[in-house]
Amino acid sequence: MDVVPGVDPRAPLLEVTDLHVEFRTQYGVAKAVNGANFWLSPGETLAILGESGCGKSVTAQAIMGILESPPGYITKGSIMYRGVDLLGIPEEQRRKVRANRIAMIFQDALSALNPVYTVGFQLAELFRMHRGMSRAEAKRRSIELLDQVKIPGAKDRINDYPHQFSGGMRQRVMIAMALALDPEVLIADEPTTALDVTVQAQIMGLLADLQKQRNMGLILITHDMGVVADVADRISVMYAGKVVEEAPVYDIYARPAHPYTRALLESIPRLDMKGQQLNVIRGLPPALTDVPRGCAFNPRCRYAKDACRQDPAPPAYSVAPHRTARCHFFREVLGE
Amino acid sequence: MSDVVLETKNLVKHFPITQGIVFKTKVGAVRAVDGVDIQLRRGETLGVVGESGCGKSTLAKLLVGLDKPTSGSIMVRGQDMVRLKGNELRRARRNIQMVLQDPYTSLNPRMTVGDIIGEPYEIHPEVVPKKGRQRAVQDLLDTVGLNPDHINRYPHQFSGGQRQRIGIARALALKPEIIVCDEPVSALDVSIQAQVINLLERLQDEFGLSYIFIAHDLSVVRHISDRVAVMYLGRIVEHGYDREIYEQPTHPYTQALLSAVPVPDPRLRGHRDQIVLEGDVPSPANPPSGCRFRTRCWKAQDICSQQDPVLQLRDRSPHPSACHFAEIRDVVHGR
Repeated sequence: MDVVPGVDPRAPLLEVTDLHVEFRTQYGVAKAVNGANFWLSPGETLAILGESGCGKSVTAQAIMGILESPPGYITKGSIMYRGVDLLGIPEEQRRKVRANRIAMIFQDALSALNPVYTVGFQLAELFRMHRGMSRAEAKRRSIELLDQVKIPGAKDRINDYPHQFSGGMRQRVMIAMALALDPEVLIADEPTTALDVTVQAQIMGLLADLQKQRNMGLILITHDMGVVADVADRISVMYAGKVVEEAPVYDIYARPAHPYTRALLESIPRLDMKGQQLNVIRGLPPALTDVPRGCAFNPRCRYAKDACRQDPAPPAYSVAPHRTARCHFFREVLGE
Repeated sequence: MSDVVLETKNLVKHFPITQGIVFKTKVGAVRAVDGVDIQLRRGETLGVVGESGCGKSTLAKLLVGLDKPTSGSIMVRGQDMVRLKGNELRRARRNIQMVLQDPYTSLNPRMTVGDIIGEPYEIHPEVVPKKGRQRAVQDLLDTVGLNPDHINRYPHQFSGGQRQRIGIARALALKPEIIVCDEPVSALDVSIQAQVINLLERLQDEFGLSYIFIAHDLSVVRHISDRVAVMYLGRIVEHGYDREIYEQPTHPYTQALLSAVPVPDPRLRGHRDQIVLEGDVPSPANPPSGCRFRTRCWKAQDICSQQDPVLQLRDRSPHPSACHFAEIRDVVHGR
């Protein structure tokens, strides 16, 4: 279905280039995203990994076009979907892309769903607005969808309100809603952070199945290095608004090329071994209104030298094919 | 055993469910904690794991005396905390302190850090005389790795990790033997989490503290704990040393829980034993008869619904396990 003129089905699915987002607040300009680059192919899972405040959620909001503005502004860069720059098209077309082609699920399903409408109404609304279906048809499709996300007794549960569902079931409802119009890209922003581990395993399994069935591109935004190791194909690690390392999943866990990635991996306790004292990343992530000169990670980095403390910031060095790291000394970090 | 600092016996907490506005009648009870026996020894860390709603936070509240148990006893140094009153209770409480989960809501935003950490001295003035209090608070700040000159700052001037340090300093103020940590690192970012875990370990060595460490993150619990108790619907289903629980779990619930935890190593993908549980945890107001896990258990048979399995050593379980069919299965390591 052609929702936006100029869409070229042979062009890359999603490509974000040099994205800059800033928030203009009364305390100054916070540079939340400082040149993010990544791409996504159909059927692939890209994980965007980072701690709070690194710009991962803002990046997702920019792709979706749900950035609150003001105070948020996209100042530079492009977001290409199948050859169309989403930042250059009118809001009306953007809205169509948002529903039909790129969908998103959020961390907290209870606040993402409308508490005063039944789940069935909220699902059917999508079909009625975007597909012009009749009430009965929309209802039938909604039940089908709830079945697909494995909600038991979908036929009856469709008349329930969000608060009547458990946390895991609510997350399934939101996944159903995101998938209703068969998007090509699904952005999942911390989809299992609020859930218990056994439920998390159910939801991640469901997402993987649905992705396979539909050959969807999945962007998984998370801080959990365990979840990423289980599902991702490629990883982009973000720090202070930049993608500091990008690599296939096996490479990054075996031999990280950026000191931040390496430090993160060393600082997590492991289930399968009783480790010694954890290696700590000293200090705190920088305030986004006052990012350090040069490499933003330099005050916390154990490899930092004079070159790291001076502008320009390290470029994205090519470490290997399909693998980049923004560190002057990536060879040292790799242990070469 | 003389080195046991805390012991609970058949600890029970039921919250009544009432109906009616003027004349409230009790129509049922949420069995949040339903017969828990734990032992904590000097200088050790007992990890308590379980999913939300299993009663682990209620257990924490009972232990520090924020809630009164329905029945059972909590023995600390030979005294039953449940039966103590007045001055004796106040004095006994000094010995067992708590660190809370959310460093953003557990510190009063209108009090300075000095007042927050010094407040325990207002309630227990005999611990440090008035003149020495500022000095004591500054020492505490230094102990937890904060700048002692920041004594007059307010909580909002600190980051999440620093606030958790303030909460830890407050718990240390009365020089307790036991600290109950209820999800102390789950609100923090990974890089900060490690700092706080290391701090807790250092303090334990320095002051000979005993911790009850309550968390849902099994990796963190393994890292810090000497022994681990697994809770499900108000009961402990399995407990033992960390190696026993993580490498030789015998209760099906422990096995399912462990198999669901993602391990940060992509090479193990598809090589781990995955047990995906069906459905959700039943309501603690109406737990299943017999074994409480039987509704989600793949091993369940008739006996499970009729006979409540006792937490004890079994033929095929070298450590206590509450399952009729307990059997070792390593689910953490790759096949």
